[in-house]
Amino acid sequence: MSWDLSSDRPIYTQLIEQIELRICSGVYPPGSKMPSVRDLAQEASVNPNTMQRALAGLEETGLLYTCRTSGRFVTEDRARIKEVKARLAKDHVKAFLKKMKELGFDHEEILEILRDFSGGDKK
Amino acid sequence: MTYILESENLTKEFNGITVLKNVNLKIPRGRIIGLLGPNGSGKTTFIKLCNALLTPTSGKLLINGKKPGVETKAVISYLPERSYLNDWMKVSEIIGFFRDFYEDFNAHKAYDMLKSLNLNPNDKLRNMSKGTKEKVQLILVMSREAQLYLLDEPIGGVDPAARDYILDTILRNYNEDATLILSTHLIADIEKILDEVIFLKEGQVVMQQTVDQIREESGKSIDSLFREVFKC
Repeated sequence: MSWDLSSDRPIYTQLIEQIELRICSGVYPPGSKMPSVRDLAQEASVNPNTMQRALAGLEETGLLYTCRTSGRFVTEDRARIKEVKARLAKDHVKAFLKKMKELGFDHEEILEILRDFSGGDKK
Repeated sequence: MTYILESENLTKEFNGITVLKNVNLKIPRGRIIGLLGPNGSGKTTFIKLCNALLTPTSGKLLINGKKPGVETKAVISYLPERSYLNDWMKVSEIIGFFRDFYEDFNAHKAYDMLKSLNLNPNDKLRNMSKGTKEKVQLILVMSREAQLYLLDEPIGGVDPAARDYILDTILRNYNEDATLILSTHLIADIEKILDEVIFLKEGQVVMQQTVDQIREESGKSIDSLFREVFKC
């Protein structure tokens, strides 16, 4: 998974989103140890202080926790991860619906397109 | 802890022309800072003042709490806009030269970086392209374990792939106590790795803010903001 950062929004909020995504998709599984700030910053080609800030933000929301001596870990609370997953899904659907409405589709038509799509492509 | 760099009403004139005017800056340790501004805004003059290559007309400038001079040069690793290296020397000879000059020079690191960029230590500088020479210089500068890195246009002449490697190198060698200030026009390429930017306009600081603050408040990248502030 590559780190896609757009240029018009704060970097640390985008890092939070991308790490959330990685936690939800299991790149960083529940209870696993996170790479170091330096490694993550290098991987994403961002400033280490910005990465540090993003990780601190994720600790605040409970997705990560720090063990004083051994580093930073992904939460083992699967329900919490599920919540985040649901929120991310909602955001995606909202964005999708907004785009479709801009294109001029109404609710029924959107549903139809979705049905056709998932019928033809079982991915 | 003292600021690594502090200036108070720093002013520099050349023959009655003011190039820097009342520059007030406080720069802490452990930051990566972009010094941005259009041509002739005073970036290089500021960096030269920090390196004691120029003396201020008035005002105060302190590096690590001291006036620029022999002691501050020992803690600053400086990449000038123009090369001062001897063309007839081989890269390996220049590395030896740096090792003799600077106590904090890590030759190991230099050879490692040469290898990653496929550069031959036995090549003479004279036989290298402009971009390759720039890479060598940057390797030398980044191989020092300095407290303050001052890079004047470090990535201007190198190709985008090498640019990425160089930014990577900067991040990898980042050390919590060191601060790195770089001046450049290639803002879009570097803004992700910056903590803060300083905008210079006609010799004055018009903005000093963190990258995320700017993005949050303006909803724009530093690159687009720059184009707006300095629209011709």
